Amino acid sequence: MRDVAVVAFAQTRHSATDEGLGESELILPVLDEVRDASGLRTFGFTCSGSCDYLAGAPFSFVSALDALGAWPPISESHVEMDAAWALYEAWVRLQHGDVDTALVYGFGKSSQGDLREIMTLQLDPYYLAPLGLDQVSYAALQASARGADRAELDEIVRRSRAAGRDNPCALDLPDPEGDGYEVQPLRPYDVAPMTDGAAAVVLAAGDLARELCERPAWITGIAHRIEPHYLGMRDLARSASAAEAARAAGVGKGHVDVAELHAQFSHEEVILREALELPASTAVNPSGGPLAANPVMATGLIRIGEAARRITDGTASRAVGHAASGPCLQHNLVTVMEA
Amino acid sequence: MGNRCAVIGVGQTHYTTKRRDVSIAGLVREAAARALEDAGLAWKDIDAVVIGKAPDLFEGVMMPEAYLADALGAAGKPMMRVHTAGSVGGSTALVGASLVQGGVHDRVLVVAFEKQSESNATWALSTHLPFSASLVVGAGGYFAPHIREYMRRSGAPEHIGTLVAVKDRLNALKNPYAHLRIPGISRQMVESTPMLWEPIRYLETCPSSDGACAMVLSSEKAVTGTPAWVLGTAMRSEPIFRAGRDTVNPQGGKDCAADVYRQAGITDPRREIDVAEVYVPFSWYEPMWLENLGFAAEGEGWKLTESGATALDGDIPWNASGGVLSSNPIGASGLIRFAEAALQVRGMAGEHQVDGARRALGHAYGGGAQFFAMWMVGSDKP
Repeated sequence: MRDVAVVAFAQTRHSATDEGLGESELILPVLDEVRDASGLRTFGFTCSGSCDYLAGAPFSFVSALDALGAWPPISESHVEMDAAWALYEAWVRLQHGDVDTALVYGFGKSSQGDLREIMTLQLDPYYLAPLGLDQVSYAALQASARGADRAELDEIVRRSRAAGRDNPCALDLPDPEGDGYEVQPLRPYDVAPMTDGAAAVVLAAGDLARELCERPAWITGIAHRIEPHYLGMRDLARSASAAEAARAAGVGKGHVDVAELHAQFSHEEVILREALELPASTAVNPSGGPLAANPVMATGLIRIGEAARRITDGTASRAVGHAASGPCLQHNLVTVMEA
Repeated sequence: MGNRCAVIGVGQTHYTTKRRDVSIAGLVREAAARALEDAGLAWKDIDAVVIGKAPDLFEGVMMPEAYLADALGAAGKPMMRVHTAGSVGGSTALVGASLVQGGVHDRVLVVAFEKQSESNATWALSTHLPFSASLVVGAGGYFAPHIREYMRRSGAPEHIGTLVAVKDRLNALKNPYAHLRIPGISRQMVESTPMLWEPIRYLETCPSSDGACAMVLSSEKAVTGTPAWVLGTAMRSEPIFRAGRDTVNPQGGKDCAADVYRQAGITDPRREIDVAEVYVPFSWYEPMWLENLGFAAEGEGWKLTESGATALDGDIPWNASGGVLSSNPIGASGLIRFAEAALQVRGMAGEHQVDGARRALGHAYGGGAQFFAMWMVGSDKP
């Protein structure tokens, strides 16, 4: 495959409340930031990820083109998925060989609705959605199936929130405390916080990547897999699709210094660590991860961006960015990046 | 463009107002199974699935690829969901083709659908983002002023739209999958229907359809059966609110066509393309797109339509299948154009086959005439 690298990454200072910004106002600063960082004003391909249901209106991605200033008209596409899949589409496009740069972005304002209820609409509309099973409830089913240790979950949240406090883009959340349940066995702090935000990444191929960035994060493997939708058809205690995507991306071919995992619930980190066969020496979610900031539809892209940043800043030589979609980690994407 | 890519299987459902007999999953599986059958392949032969549809609000299922993974045999495979407004069907084909052209997969299943009977698209389209007021209802409300401006600029006589409405429905009578099959369709019949959005009458607009379309795309080494070779692919997007943007003859459409013609070696589309399947949801978009896509000079498109050149027996048939005016499962409508183009160059279009078609254009547009997806397919390997 053609050598492609992450050469720039930017994200908003995510917020826990609606700050009155429209979607295009959210993304404009991060687009400017990656343009400045890469020195590129135009791109061979552009791809974004967002979800109409967060805005409660069709075509929420359309106004993003105005923020982008897509003129003259650009070669552009959009996935109604986390923007990590937009990055995948852009990586595939760069494999054609006729364009050398791609801009990828994602954004989400979950403050506009009740995410927990909205996510119910992602379920099979005939057999599952009418049951009213909400996002936290089905995550709790998975946590029960896993039987994760409470002390282990508490430590994951404590570590993630502490890292988030050190990350200027993540939320400032206190150490976890309290005995109450959100949905047993999940406590309120096991659930990723509601967050508004956006992120952007620039990809470049070959020699151009070396020109644009001192230490590009080369994508040496990227793959994704989906599983059956019905929770009863899966072993919820593990993630077969994450494991298969990790194998296809070659996670095990070397030591992973840093892994940014799209774990929106603390027990998902346990399941994903195992699926990706990450050793204890791998630093997981040094950014704080989704438990410290979860701008839905950008969260997965941010994992890739944060992992890439550890390579570009020289603190890691091999890193993994992971993104998930669907109920109970139904769909997983794994990206391996190296210096 | 990358590696060679070919269409080796096409599957469609019959398009109709309400498919009460199938779920959404049943609908997409029906199209996909027919595409696999056409290619002589089984579910296990597919490496990846790409699905597209228009806004999720149309069925009330958010990110339905999660739910449809099982029905499309995607479990254990990569699956992607594309959404680029009305052009999404075309974009879905292009994202699938990209996976082959990029050398990532050998066989990709692309599927697009809409089950409009699950809701009401006109009202789903009339909900707007907070703080952005809209004064229009539905797509017709948005596009009618653009059509009126086309008529003003070009001086086209008022009956041109009627001609397209009749021609496409005559073609639909030859397509067993078409939704609107109206025996005895005539200018008089079209002109007797109510005015919806001046100058668009009821029979000058597309129907609301349930339906799905699927294709199997293949790398050169994995071809089975009769291939339609992909000769060129392109997408273009432009901002909806840009001041000075020409919504009647959008730059994005011109640039997209120029890109795809360059890749396919087309310099004179009118002469070198044998048949075109173009996204015409309102009759007047045929003359408008004839100009935008370079089949006629600016202001001259309506003359081509009036002369009968775009009829099935004309020198450049447009929408031999009956087009969007005859079947409109919105998210699938673009993919149907791309698939019908492939059927033509494979010689498998049945009664609406254009004799000897060797090069065909598939086209889709969406949003405020700001998203474009196109491909050229041919019977000869590029």
